Amino acid sequence: MAHYELRCRECGKSWGNQPRSICDDCFSPLEVRYDYDALRAGFTREKIAARAPNMWRYAPLLPLPADYHASLPVGFTPLLSAPSLGKQIGARKLVIKNDAVCLPTLSFKDRVVAVALANARAFGFNTVSCSSTGNLANSVAAQAARNGFKSWIFIPADLEPAKILGTQVYGAKLVCIAGSYDQVNRLCSQIADEHRWGFVNVNLRPYYAEGSKTFGFEIAEQLGWCLPDNVVCPMAGGSLIVKIAKAFDELITLGLVEAKPVKFFGAQATGCSPISTAVKAGRTEIEPVKPKTIARSLAIGNPADGRYAIRAITKSGGWSEDVSDPEVVEGIQTLAETEGIFTETAGGVTVGCARKLYREGRITPDETTVLCITGNGLKTTDALVGKYEAEEPIAPKLVEFERYLQGTLDVPETVEA
Amino acid sequence: MPITVQIPTALRRHTEGVGKLDCSAGNLNDLFTVLDEKFPALKPHLRDEAGQIRRFLNVYVNEEDIRFLGGPTYAFQDGDEILLVPSIAGGCA
Repeated sequence: MAHYELRCRECGKSWGNQPRSICDDCFSPLEVRYDYDALRAGFTREKIAARAPNMWRYAPLLPLPADYHASLPVGFTPLLSAPSLGKQIGARKLVIKNDAVCLPTLSFKDRVVAVALANARAFGFNTVSCSSTGNLANSVAAQAARNGFKSWIFIPADLEPAKILGTQVYGAKLVCIAGSYDQVNRLCSQIADEHRWGFVNVNLRPYYAEGSKTFGFEIAEQLGWCLPDNVVCPMAGGSLIVKIAKAFDELITLGLVEAKPVKFFGAQATGCSPISTAVKAGRTEIEPVKPKTIARSLAIGNPADGRYAIRAITKSGGWSEDVSDPEVVEGIQTLAETEGIFTETAGGVTVGCARKLYREGRITPDETTVLCITGNGLKTTDALVGKYEAEEPIAPKLVEFERYLQGTLDVPETVEA
Repeated sequence: MPITVQIPTALRRHTEGVGKLDCSAGNLNDLFTVLDEKFPALKPHLRDEAGQIRRFLNVYVNEEDIRFLGGPTYAFQDGDEILLVPSIAGGCA
């Protein structure tokens, strides 16, 4: 007997373990529920510490088949203090959870895909699939290659070139759709209804989504088994913020951390901010929008987990902010210049929103605040086009360099030998 | 107005396996009334106790979310294809 099963999030009906994401009775989403009493003895700080530094160290709190052996060391990305960024935005205890360097494809999607494919194998699928704004496409393609699956990836045709190439290179079958992500997602729901494939974010979605909890487990462990005061998290479908909250709750339930209030703050781009708009208006449901932002990885106008994200934010006493596209670019540059981390547009959204939240006094400087950086800037370099002037080459001669130096205001200091 | 409605697998156990239906309806409320009459078991799966469309059921008219067309009062056109698609939550995209 597995120590977990699918239950309807609204009516509570049990659905065992199978590739399915909705309750046939009430059409509501399914969620993985665990037998926490059975887990208590096997999930301790000591046992976790004895395992390798990757997301599989939290395996008991993931929906994994009993005999599953992971083939990739996904996760356990750095949690870094960010004093220089903190100085700029008015924070004294700022930390960054940096999934821009998550393996194997440099985004937090590697976590969810790892769990989804473990289940795809157990359910007997040989083809895995997804609808994606890019990062998920990269991760499904790479991990499918590594684990011997075929992959079919559905994306909006106008995605960033690096995300398209970074899918094709793994031998995935890429299907470009002339439409928005929301249209691609709707199409995939229809395809999954007709074809028995393992769609990681459709029929495997309840399992897949659980992988996001490891982002939260790692934050708590890396803070010395403490919870932070605040989490600032980018939102697309709205699942990550919900799953970090679930991770913290599970650690409290199992006695690994002391209970304390944690405020959750959502971050969106103004050009696609259905969750943020609802939070600001005090609504409990989202109204879908048509996205118009450079933050393509967050451009989901009808976020599947929107209502749960709203609930997680408001219940915690947090808030949600949104920033313009120029602020997104500024956020990318600020994080790179202050902390040496090159994040994608979603990270620019997080940094920009964090700046606003400190300015508005919704987060105070001495609270421990985690910024969630979920993707890598090398995938969205087009966002920075025109931001840096092309340098004129100079001849490889010292005299040329000395002349160049004279024309530069920013001359490096000389250190005496 | 002659239209076609596509019914997802999850609801077909309430429609005797019917996945596609040609019928006549002026708007979504009309369509639901037609479906209620034809498939009485389907009714509670389309609307909640208050008579509203179920929260996790999305309705599309020729690929466009009906909420962008003005919602349930949108007047169907000749030959419109209506899609009923479950909203897939519990994760992230």
